[in-house]
Amino acid sequence: AGDGSGPAPGDGTDPPAPERVLFPPTFSVSEIKNKQRRHFMFLRWKQQQRKEKLALKKKRRKEREALGDKAPPKAIPKTIENQRVYDETTVDPNDEEVAFDEATDEFAPYFNRQTVPKILITTSDRPRGRTVRFCEQLATVIPNSHVYYRRGLALKRIIPQCIARDFTDLIVINEDRKIPNGLVLSHLPDGPTAHFRMSSVRLRKEIKRKGKEPTEHVPEVILNNFTTRLGHSIGRMFAALFPHDPQFIGRQVATFHNQRDYIFFRFHRYIFKSEKKVGIQELGPRFTLKLRSLQKGTFDSKFGEYEWIHKRREMDTNRRKFHL
Amino acid sequence: VVWSMLGNRQFCSYKMTTKTQNFCRNEYNLTGLCNRSSCPLANSQYATVREEKGRCYLYMKTIERAAFPRRLWERVLLSKNYEKALEEIDENLIYWPRFIRHKCKQRFTKITQYLIRIRKLTLKRQRKLVPLRRKIERRENRREEKALIAAQLDNAIEKELLERLKQDTYGDIYNFPIHAFDKALQQQDAESESESDAEREEDDDDEDVDKREFVEAEDSELSDFEDMDKLETSSEEEQEEEQEVEKKASHSKSKGKTPLKGPARRKRPYIEIEYEEETEPSSKTKAA
Repeated sequence: AGDGSGPAPGDGTDPPAPERVLFPPTFSVSEIKNKQRRHFMFLRWKQQQRKEKLALKKKRRKEREALGDKAPPKAIPKTIENQRVYDETTVDPNDEEVAFDEATDEFAPYFNRQTVPKILITTSDRPRGRTVRFCEQLATVIPNSHVYYRRGLALKRIIPQCIARDFTDLIVINEDRKIPNGLVLSHLPDGPTAHFRMSSVRLRKEIKRKGKEPTEHVPEVILNNFTTRLGHSIGRMFAALFPHDPQFIGRQVATFHNQRDYIFFRFHRYIFKSEKKVGIQELGPRFTLKLRSLQKGTFDSKFGEYEWIHKRREMDTNRRKFHL
Repeated sequence: VVWSMLGNRQFCSYKMTTKTQNFCRNEYNLTGLCNRSSCPLANSQYATVREEKGRCYLYMKTIERAAFPRRLWERVLLSKNYEKALEEIDENLIYWPRFIRHKCKQRFTKITQYLIRIRKLTLKRQRKLVPLRRKIERRENRREEKALIAAQLDNAIEKELLERLKQDTYGDIYNFPIHAFDKALQQQDAESESESDAEREEDDDDEDVDKREFVEAEDSELSDFEDMDKLETSSEEEQEEEQEVEKKASHSKSKGKTPLKGPARRKRPYIEIEYEEETEPSSKTKAA
């Protein structure tokens, strides 16, 4: 095998151009036993491939220019979003049934401006430093929210008390090994409960930016990409956390962006530099959520009625199928 | 004999030694320590209290049955009532050595206490430990990273904000001349309401006063294209004109933002030349 591979890399002179090297037909770079030589041959093979690819591109571009107007349209690259399996529960903006549903579901009072959101943020049993700080920062992001520490209290007993004190939402941040890793969002007067897995939590000081802290203004909310019926309801849950009238003076925006079933939360301050240009500066914590289950009533792990559970065996197998 | 064999000398498989103590692992042992008096193997007359499925039993061993291992331990069910059970122990172990009686009762007490605690704990919520699956965690992290890259969050947010600006959700907070100009064009086609005009003219007056001072101070410097202040003044002049004529009220609240740059600037010089002559007389009439 060594004979067929051209001049050895130990030579001081440059090896001849790859085109002149003839490989025996059954040769493959991986069969060379010598690691150094194998590495060298592999690099050379890679260079060759790259050159061929470049040549092909150039040729294609020339052809396209030569054809001019008659050139075939550019091929659209396939992305996962393009190839996504069509979900039959995708919400059509003009769907009446959905509109009717939304007018009568648990969030209707919020969207009709009858209730003002009031949020209680708490954690699982013994929160560690990171979780505590995250809770505080989350409380600054969401207006009208209060952080209470849970010292061993059962959730089922907290909930009636919260309802009595007019809270509309309950957020429980679950912690594991000193970092927050789960979030339970429950709409209180008998509303749906969503359980998320939280990851990539970045506190304010870990974000590379030079902004100040978020002010007390009510931020705007952006909900991106919640297409299916399930996504729609989750989006409404998030929207119900924030008061309905954003204060544009504050120029703050909270974004919930759904991409491939991962919901990314960001909190920015924006400034319009011109009509076509806006600058954004990230303040506030950031995290990503992945929905694990959606339950009809308030939090009840044993007897609750689940609207949707993530079933790993069935739902994770197809890489092009998303549910939110 | 048994003790001299097993006890401290030779091997006893139930014996566990630690630095300070010897323990006995025998399930019938009363105290749990490896002693001459608490070894169930070495004592021919022995008793223990053990619990099974929440009920306590008294086990007794007598020398008469030493030859029958199967029937060696006699079992008595104790009552659920604590005091009654103590009396039962006393009854059964009457004439037995004091040590065994005492230790049996102690053991029984401890057992009942832990049974009570078990029952209390099961009523409280119990933390369920769900094991993480490494492969799945890795898979989800990887997919999250890829989703993040595909999301292009900054671009998406900026696009959304610009769209909201276009759809005028921000109302009149931001005034960009091109934007306002387009709007003015649109509204020239539509009918303009006079009432709103009247209202806005009052507001305009207040603003015009402030603006006018600003404008007149800067008029002398009207030579350079690249002077942003000048452009702002010109834009304000345009707006004044529009406000008087049209319905649109653009209350510009200065928020310390730098005025417009970029492509808007290039278009404006042409527009300026057209309007400046028109506005100056009108503004002068207003001043008067």
